[in-house]
Amino acid sequence: MRLRKFGLGLVSALALVASVGMAHAKSDIVVAMQLEPPHLDPTGAAAGAIDSVLYSNVFEGLTRFGPDGSVNPGLAESWEISEDGKTYTFKLHEGVKFHDGSDLTADDVKFSLDRARADDSQNAQKALFTGIESVEVVDPLTVKVTLKEPNGNFLFNMAWGDAVIVAPESIADIKSKPIGTGAFKFTDWVQGDRIDLEKNADYWGEPAKLDKVTFKFISDPTAAFAAVMAEDVNAFVGFPAPENLPQFEADPRFQVLVGSTEGETILAANNKLPPLDNVKVREAIAHAIDRQSIIDGAMFGYGTPIGTHFAPHNPDYVDLTDNSQYDPELSKKLLAEAGYADGFTTTLKLPPPSYARRGGEIIAAQLRAVGIETEITNLEWAQWLEQVFKGKDYGLTIVSHTEPMDIGIYARADYYFQYDNADFQKLFADLTAENDPAKRSDLLKQAQEMISKDYVNTYLFQLAFPTVADAKIKGLWENQPTQATDLTAVYWED
Amino acid sequence: MLQYFLKRLLSLGLSLVAASVVIFLALEVVPGDPASYMLGLNAQEDTLAALRQELGLGGSILERYTAWAGGLLVGDFGTSYTYRTPVAGMIADRLWVSLPLALYALVLSTLIAFPAGIWAASRRGSHADGAIMGVTQLGIAIPNFWFAMLMVLVFAINLRWFSAGGFPGWDAGFFVALKALTLPAIALALPQASILTRVIRSSLLDTLGEDFIRTARAKGLSKGQALWRHAVRNALIPVLTILGLQFSFLLAGAIIIENVFFLPGLGRLVFQSISARDIIVVESVVMLLVFAVIVVNFAVDMTYAWVDPRLRRRR
Repeated sequence: MRLRKFGLGLVSALALVASVGMAHAKSDIVVAMQLEPPHLDPTGAAAGAIDSVLYSNVFEGLTRFGPDGSVNPGLAESWEISEDGKTYTFKLHEGVKFHDGSDLTADDVKFSLDRARADDSQNAQKALFTGIESVEVVDPLTVKVTLKEPNGNFLFNMAWGDAVIVAPESIADIKSKPIGTGAFKFTDWVQGDRIDLEKNADYWGEPAKLDKVTFKFISDPTAAFAAVMAEDVNAFVGFPAPENLPQFEADPRFQVLVGSTEGETILAANNKLPPLDNVKVREAIAHAIDRQSIIDGAMFGYGTPIGTHFAPHNPDYVDLTDNSQYDPELSKKLLAEAGYADGFTTTLKLPPPSYARRGGEIIAAQLRAVGIETEITNLEWAQWLEQVFKGKDYGLTIVSHTEPMDIGIYARADYYFQYDNADFQKLFADLTAENDPAKRSDLLKQAQEMISKDYVNTYLFQLAFPTVADAKIKGLWENQPTQATDLTAVYWED
Repeated sequence: MLQYFLKRLLSLGLSLVAASVVIFLALEVVPGDPASYMLGLNAQEDTLAALRQELGLGGSILERYTAWAGGLLVGDFGTSYTYRTPVAGMIADRLWVSLPLALYALVLSTLIAFPAGIWAASRRGSHADGAIMGVTQLGIAIPNFWFAMLMVLVFAINLRWFSAGGFPGWDAGFFVALKALTLPAIALALPQASILTRVIRSSLLDTLGEDFIRTARAKGLSKGQALWRHAVRNALIPVLTILGLQFSFLLAGAIIIENVFFLPGLGRLVFQSISARDIIVVESVVMLLVFAVIVVNFAVDMTYAWVDPRLRRRR
């Protein structure tokens, strides 16, 4: 009897504790990711980790990417494009303040754009800005950007993390003390461990729902699993162990979001290295590869097959996987036609990510089946950049191109896969100059078809982006239209 | 004694100079450009050049060596290529994790190994001895990272006694920080304690067979008295050698354990810096570790002399 009374008391006490807990939804969050930013200046390095922490949370640009990849107004509330498509006049939001209390004005915009395109600029995406002829301050809230040539991508380019607006007086310390205009303020960085942000009470737009955000960096996949399981972290964006996702899906404590990314994962071929300079040989390689078995084997089933260098979630995407159906017999026939009936040997250089290392083994086996022998070399990123990307000393390699809308790399003849096609270069120039959405869409489709038919590379799959989070967290981005962990709309459900 | 000390000090200095040359040359030949690593696939040539200029990646090897080694002498470790903050400060921050962790593990391993080793030696051939030998065999055989994951599974995921990793910082309170280091320290200490136990046991057994122990027994000391008063101190020399080696290993060799528990220590710093080709950080950290190893060995040599007076007189 006494025991039962005690039990009853315990239950009511628990209920009381639970109801108190209910009354206040949590307002802080710990978000983990694999890579730590090298520093905190999104305009001075390519590292996606910088944007993953700061994009939209701390720094904002004239335009910004929405969760679906659309380009929306950011610091610019509106803009006008001149008749000839060369002049963009941006109207800035009123009352925008940097985190140090100073006002955002057209001068800051001019400073940021001029800094990015200067001779000594260290912007990793300087190409986004080189088309700018001049930036003029019309009045404190109006800025006029004149382009050398019309550029239909300009508003899209201004949404990149590399194009965010920074304050001139913050540049000296920006790498360790970023000052932006976003809904969160930077507070602390314990290198090797975490970065803290807090809510910006003076935010000009819709205020953030969270008061405090902590980003933690956990690179080891096993440690990542343990940290989520032990609930040390509330969410893990870009969860590195896809093999564990089913376990989280089955656990009611967690939600699993598998979104798409801008990462086209390709088996790139050195288009100038014999015998890969022969389109028949490249076509043979494309038909020798079974994409689904790579997705299943290397990515545990997460990933969407692609047939060209374009993101499947984009409205202009054309499904061209039929151009390179898995058909080993056809592959052997094509090799014979090209004069390689007995196959050949080439190199396969693999950077560190698991899609490359695990996928590489499967691809090597599939190529062997049609008579192509590969010598596999595992490389670190720095070595890959040196040998493959810069030195073009490779036959085949596997890499994921994570920049959004990057089909333009096929117009660069000196790019590492060395695809030099005047028709494509012309097509891309037309596309860049075109402002009409319908015509742009048409040109984009043609571009996708051209590189698919030329078998420049073997297009494998679109990299998936898994997020594991506490089931009560709402408002997380599922997809990665750009590398970002936009927490401005995230909240805890009561 | 002074002569012994000076001799050791001179060899310490020479070792350091030799080490700095080897480290510098070894890392200079590693292929890979920190600027292109930083700026990624879309970087333009002029941007890369601007960054290289700022990082000071030009100059001959000799110039860069003298700049680096000269800086080290006055405590200036240079500026990290990627983080762009002084390397000395970064190392100091990381040392606040790695050093306590190494000490913690060393204390644990000593606390386990001494009683276990002495006990096993004093009951040679008994069941207890057999059990201790069996357990230590296992302790040496089990990879510490695997044991670490096992502990995380049990104590962090199932029992929720500890967090799965991370380090809240010493600001969060001494015991909070110590708790965060407990699982990693146990994982590091286990194999060390096993090795140390076996060394203590066999060293003691050797000593117990010596004539002076028989003499001690003959003059009427009990087995236990002979063990504690005479054998233990005489058995210490090989044990100290191992302890010295273990401390250096714990400081430098915690990379994997730091990754398993995502601790912001020196090991992880080196790991990240190597892949980012942040050579200056790697050089400085490795140099610091070499320095630590050499100094610890120096200290061990000095302790020999204290434990064994013969060493002082002979030289």
